[in-house]
Amino acid sequence: MKRRVVVTGLGMVTPLGIGVQNNWEAVRAGRSGIGPITKFDTSDFPSQIAGEVTDFKSEDFMDKQQVRRFDIFVHYAVASARMAMEDSRLKIDSTNCHRVGCVMGSGLGGLNMLEYYHKVLLEKGPQRISPFFIPGMIANMAPGQIAIEFGAKGPNLSVETACAASNHAVGESFRLIREGIADAMFTGGSEAVVTPLALGGFCAMRALSTRNDEPERASRPFDLDRDGFVMGEGAGILILEEMEHALERGAHIYAEVIGYGMSADAYHITAPEPDGEGAISCMSMAIRDAGMKPEEIDYINAHGTATKLNDLSENRAIKDVFGEYAYKLAISSTKSMTGHLLGGAGGVEAIYTVLAIKHGLIPPTINYDTPDPECDLDYVPNVAREAKVRVAMSNSFGFGGTNASLIFKAFES
Amino acid sequence: MADIEEKVRKIICEQLDVPEEDVVPAATFVDDLGADSLDQVELIMAMEEEFDLSIPDEDAETIATVQNAIDYVKKALGE
Repeated sequence: MKRRVVVTGLGMVTPLGIGVQNNWEAVRAGRSGIGPITKFDTSDFPSQIAGEVTDFKSEDFMDKQQVRRFDIFVHYAVASARMAMEDSRLKIDSTNCHRVGCVMGSGLGGLNMLEYYHKVLLEKGPQRISPFFIPGMIANMAPGQIAIEFGAKGPNLSVETACAASNHAVGESFRLIREGIADAMFTGGSEAVVTPLALGGFCAMRALSTRNDEPERASRPFDLDRDGFVMGEGAGILILEEMEHALERGAHIYAEVIGYGMSADAYHITAPEPDGEGAISCMSMAIRDAGMKPEEIDYINAHGTATKLNDLSENRAIKDVFGEYAYKLAISSTKSMTGHLLGGAGGVEAIYTVLAIKHGLIPPTINYDTPDPECDLDYVPNVAREAKVRVAMSNSFGFGGTNASLIFKAFES
Repeated sequence: MADIEEKVRKIICEQLDVPEEDVVPAATFVDDLGADSLDQVELIMAMEEEFDLSIPDEDAETIATVQNAIDYVKKALGE
């Protein structure tokens, strides 16, 4: 008898706002969190826009003493974890601490701190590197510090599968609970790499939108005039729990996690396999894992980065997996509003997917002005749609051709 | 001299994020002011930066209290 896994807490920090409520209000209104980059001078960069987190004070969520020890991506993670804990009202103490773990995803970890201390090294020498540099920037310090803050002594892991990282993290946490290794998990991801190096790197790849004069309209997944993704930053954390454990303590339940699929394109370091072979494989695997039929899926939160290539191959993959039913599916990309949170995308998008189920509201794909004849499915254009969502899928595909799909279902005990 | 004392106390307050009234001469960094091993290293580095000193590890090991820090800097600056 398989153990069942439910979602009992949510917390997030994104370009749409601090906390789930602010985020969901923005999604409902189809608001964009994209603007000109304010963190550094972008005059020399072809792309000058991003989804930045604003009005965030680390001290609201962590001891002031702790703040300077960590890169900002850890601050976002801890803040989101704290909000998710409060939401779930999970109690962690000596009776259960070894059964509560944390698996988080991040693409690059503490890049801000890395760039800062590299400059210190070059300008002042190695003796001026802070002892907090290494611990403060390694990608696993997000799950590490979360465990420290909340006393979670169960499995502690960090996943770095680029743009699929936090989707994989949620999937791995789901498996750990299902397999009886943990009873509750903090999971999701965090990313904060709106930095000169990362911006420059993505610009060099010609991956980013250069619609600098209209930032709010730049992220346009599936639209004919899409010209690349827009970087975003932030964190999204879910608390997953074994179902009986959650019911026993009277936890409120958002949704159930029922399936997880993984695959590799084994094709190219950055471009997706054009026919979406890897995506087909991982979506199919998730559907099989969930014990569902494709026609039972109501909504897909797409990877939908707004690059020419991804949107096309993801579209093809969806048609392959769902056949004619693909035309009945509601599909949207919340990256149209948040930008691409890279290693944090999966976590944040899992939250939007769960909320779609809970609230019966499908997030829109905003900036959808001109249909692309090659992407002809229902992308829930521009306006959030009220609809009963019983089963929903969330996709994330990362550089290196790594793929992840999660399936969530409305909770029925 | 009062200037050195004031600067050292300010560095300690900032680095360890403790209130000024706790930074008394006899206060130990670890037990009284809650510093861990990494904090101690960074404290020494902050003093090196502020006073343009180089403090070797053997000397750093002897700086355990607020007064130790003040005395060390004064001596190093020839006061």
